[in-house]
Amino acid sequence: MLLATIVLLPFLLTLLPAAFERLRLSPALAAGLVALAAAAPLAVLGPMVVAGETARVAVPWVPALGLELAFRLDGLSLLFVGLILGIGLLVILYAHYYLSDEDRNGRFFAYLLAFMGAMLGVVTADNLLLLVVFWELTSLTSFLLIGFWRGAAEARQGARLALLITGAGGLALLAGVLVIGDIVGSYSLGDVLAAGDLIRADPRYPLALALVLAGAFTKSAQFPFHFWLPHAMAAPTPVSAYLHSATMVKAGIFLLMRLWPALGGTEAWFWSLTVTGLATMLFAAYVALFKHDLKGLLAYSTVSQLGLIMLLLGLGTPYAELAAVFHLMNHAVFKASLFMAAGIIDHETGTRDMRRLSGLSRAMPVTATLATVAAGAMAGVPLLNGFLSKEMFFAETFAVGGAHWGWLLPVAATLGGLFSVAYSARFVHDVFFGGPAADLPRKPHEPPRFMRVPVEILVVICLLVGLAPALTIEPTLRLATGALLQGPLPEFTLHIWHGFNLPLAMSVLALVGGIALYLVRRYLWSLHDEIAPRFSGKRLTEAAVDGLRAACEVLAGALERGGLRLSIVALLLASIAVGYAGFAGTWPEATVTPAGVPVMTWVAAPILMVATLATVGFHRERMTAVIAIGVVGLVVSVAFVKFSAPDLALTQLLVEIITVLLFLLAMYFLPARSPREVGGTRRGVDALLSLAAGGGVAALTYAMLRSPPDTISQFYNAAAKPEGGGYNVVNVILVDFRALDTLGEITVLGIAALGVVAMLDGAKLDGPLTDSEGRPWTTQRQSLFLQVLSRPLLPMALLVSFYLLLRGHNLPGGGFIGGLVTGTAIVVQYLAWGTAWVDQRLPLRYLAVAASGIAIAAVTGLAAIGFGAPFLTSTFGYFTGPVVGKFELASAMVFDLGVYVAVVGVVLAVLATIGRQHVVVEKS
Amino acid sequence: MEALFAAALGLLVAAGVYLTLRPRLFSVLLGLTLLSYAVNLFLLASGGLLAGRLPLTDQPPPWPDPLPQALILTAIVISFGMTAFLIVLSLRAVAETGHDHVEGREEEGGR
Repeated sequence: MLLATIVLLPFLLTLLPAAFERLRLSPALAAGLVALAAAAPLAVLGPMVVAGETARVAVPWVPALGLELAFRLDGLSLLFVGLILGIGLLVILYAHYYLSDEDRNGRFFAYLLAFMGAMLGVVTADNLLLLVVFWELTSLTSFLLIGFWRGAAEARQGARLALLITGAGGLALLAGVLVIGDIVGSYSLGDVLAAGDLIRADPRYPLALALVLAGAFTKSAQFPFHFWLPHAMAAPTPVSAYLHSATMVKAGIFLLMRLWPALGGTEAWFWSLTVTGLATMLFAAYVALFKHDLKGLLAYSTVSQLGLIMLLLGLGTPYAELAAVFHLMNHAVFKASLFMAAGIIDHETGTRDMRRLSGLSRAMPVTATLATVAAGAMAGVPLLNGFLSKEMFFAETFAVGGAHWGWLLPVAATLGGLFSVAYSARFVHDVFFGGPAADLPRKPHEPPRFMRVPVEILVVICLLVGLAPALTIEPTLRLATGALLQGPLPEFTLHIWHGFNLPLAMSVLALVGGIALYLVRRYLWSLHDEIAPRFSGKRLTEAAVDGLRAACEVLAGALERGGLRLSIVALLLASIAVGYAGFAGTWPEATVTPAGVPVMTWVAAPILMVATLATVGFHRERMTAVIAIGVVGLVVSVAFVKFSAPDLALTQLLVEIITVLLFLLAMYFLPARSPREVGGTRRGVDALLSLAAGGGVAALTYAMLRSPPDTISQFYNAAAKPEGGGYNVVNVILVDFRALDTLGEITVLGIAALGVVAMLDGAKLDGPLTDSEGRPWTTQRQSLFLQVLSRPLLPMALLVSFYLLLRGHNLPGGGFIGGLVTGTAIVVQYLAWGTAWVDQRLPLRYLAVAASGIAIAAVTGLAAIGFGAPFLTSTFGYFTGPVVGKFELASAMVFDLGVYVAVVGVVLAVLATIGRQHVVVEKS
Repeated sequence: MEALFAAALGLLVAAGVYLTLRPRLFSVLLGLTLLSYAVNLFLLASGGLLAGRLPLTDQPPPWPDPLPQALILTAIVISFGMTAFLIVLSLRAVAETGHDHVEGREEEGGR
């Protein structure tokens, strides 16, 4: 469980920064405390992992799908958890100084914590499906972070682009995981990693690999999906420092490292990763050279470095994997510090444009030194961490790449290194050296002391690792790579000096060539400016999205041209066609002997028919139509009584009463008559359609009634008492067997009530001053008769409704019926005494009542989980009380109470909201 | 009995369909209400029509089919929610446009 808290804590305490903000405390402090608390379990688990154990915890979530809340912590996870939490803490400290007070900092740190939790979930998930869940959470939370300054169109577009690309990749990953799960027969990471040979031999392996790679390449911004990352630079710089150094973009790399034992080591793996990685590395390094925006340069350099790591992963030897892990760590450290430095420069000068920045080393010497060291690490300058991993990279392109690529790979690797030296040189030289800048928006100076601390820490790490790799980083590297390989480590030593060899020559070549390239940059820029604008991934994606939207609009326009009527007619024609087609050639054999018609039915059926016809005939005289349809409803209730459905009869009757009240309240504002406005032809067509539909239903009903009913209800009848604890099977189905449906049902009701309240908010309704005959409305406000009656009625009605609620499990009644009775009783008070009088005595917000009802039902269901049973499992028992004797209590009754409260809230929210409109009209 | 029940149901459906095709929200509302009566009765019939019994298992069998009844019970309450929503929709339409035509605009030659 300790392990799970690492992941769950940031989620559970997401809102803590917002709470701190309310209390006028620093939200950054809250975020930092949460990150520290999440790191605390590592004090116990870390030594275990170092000792070679793998910490695991698993709780079933959806066992039927193979989805488990399972977490694992091995060397690889530990490395990533360390990076996520460590750099996360530094970013939080940095962001505290970076963000101004006008920014909603509570919101920012809340997002950051949610993102942190999602990342921690990705790297510790021990179940592939769970990994996908967290993967998508990182896409969603990064969307919020990138679009944090939502006032800026650039930020919104960047966020949307990132969500689109990485979200789509996430779907591909889900598909890939499903294929893998199908091959292995389990989603558990341990099983999958152990089944590498099985997966690689399966014919579906290429499909699974392609889908997983689609997820990893989009997330880690590999060419041609790289373009979301530069546009994500619209995010606040702390976000860039976090997402694009240690976390978000490394998720793709992590995924491939994690799945290396399962998917790696094949030709397909080698070629797809090396080609993609190489193309990404070279292309992005080239583009980075031409970016004038500091963060743009860093963005493309990030893409390029990710390509380098991808290439290493693709080479597939244990040594290459080791180099990949090493470079990943180094990149996280120096890139985070560079982003922070860029943010400091932006913060203190007001611009990130390298054509305007110059000579800042005079104003901010410390920042200049730090940024220079970090950029040196990025360029691969000796004595810094980046140099070591780059040397390993160069060496491996020779050793492995040579077999497949010949001399091409080492040359390309050197070229990539050369570009990275050039853009690193530009970052340092353009900004910190040269003459003083002429037109900066602000006068530059050093940032606040503690804003620089995170950068200092990171740069010191760059130096320590670079100077004494064996003492600092080697144990971590061994641990993480061992977990990655799930096998023995390759022989390796980390030294600053390996003697004069080929990798060193490549490094020197890259350094010298890169500086030369930087010196001729101006000529290259003019060349680039002509070619570049023609190729923009963002523009292509936006064109594709716009095209899709335009196509949808054309389609929707074609379908909706005829308005509502045409849509209904199309639906009707389709259902009539399908319905009649079902009868074609077959008429079910009538096996049930027709029952006789009792006298009462001879009375009721004609009333129903006449009232139905009257509703149609008088539908333009609205008040008359309401009365006629009320009669139909009453006969339907009677039919329910006759055909053995007492619960339905009660419900129908009560709903009928409330609906009529609703109509009456609304009629005041509505036109009293509908105009006759369609010609005879159209009415004739409509009548034909109606008769076709009605005839079909009549035939179907007759056929159904003459065939023997074949139902599954024996199960419910048999199980209601022993399993649900009630004799009223209908109620037991509602609150127990199908409780999830009922929960959905009351939620829909709540949404309808919310819609009613929202739609009447701000509506300007004019009531007529006279009735349809021209007589003014009476000034007598309420009926005295009704007032006198309503007072004793309320307690009795409430008593009856509680009785109905409580007995529902065994006799007709229950939450729906009880709720409707209570609602009606209170509505009668409104009618008798007026809105203001009741509102004053019953100061309830009915929407909140409805919501709490839904909450009661949901919590009852959740409580079952607390007892280790599935959601909404019910239980019951028998108790003996002093007066009442033996009685039964069932948890389903609490659920039914929730239904009751929700129904009361909905009824009153709807009726009282419409009723208040009358008060508004009267006042005006 | 079966024929009478089926005929009444057919009439309810025909009337409901005709009213939903009218151009005023109010008529559409009446039509949908009739249709939901019809659907509920149809569901009830799907379990067989058993007169004069109770769906309580402490009573002697035969029992009526409880499953359609449970479905109908929630359907009744849901259609109340829908009715309320549509009524308020027409109220809002009247507030915004002065009428409750389903297309949001009066047709030519109307009134």
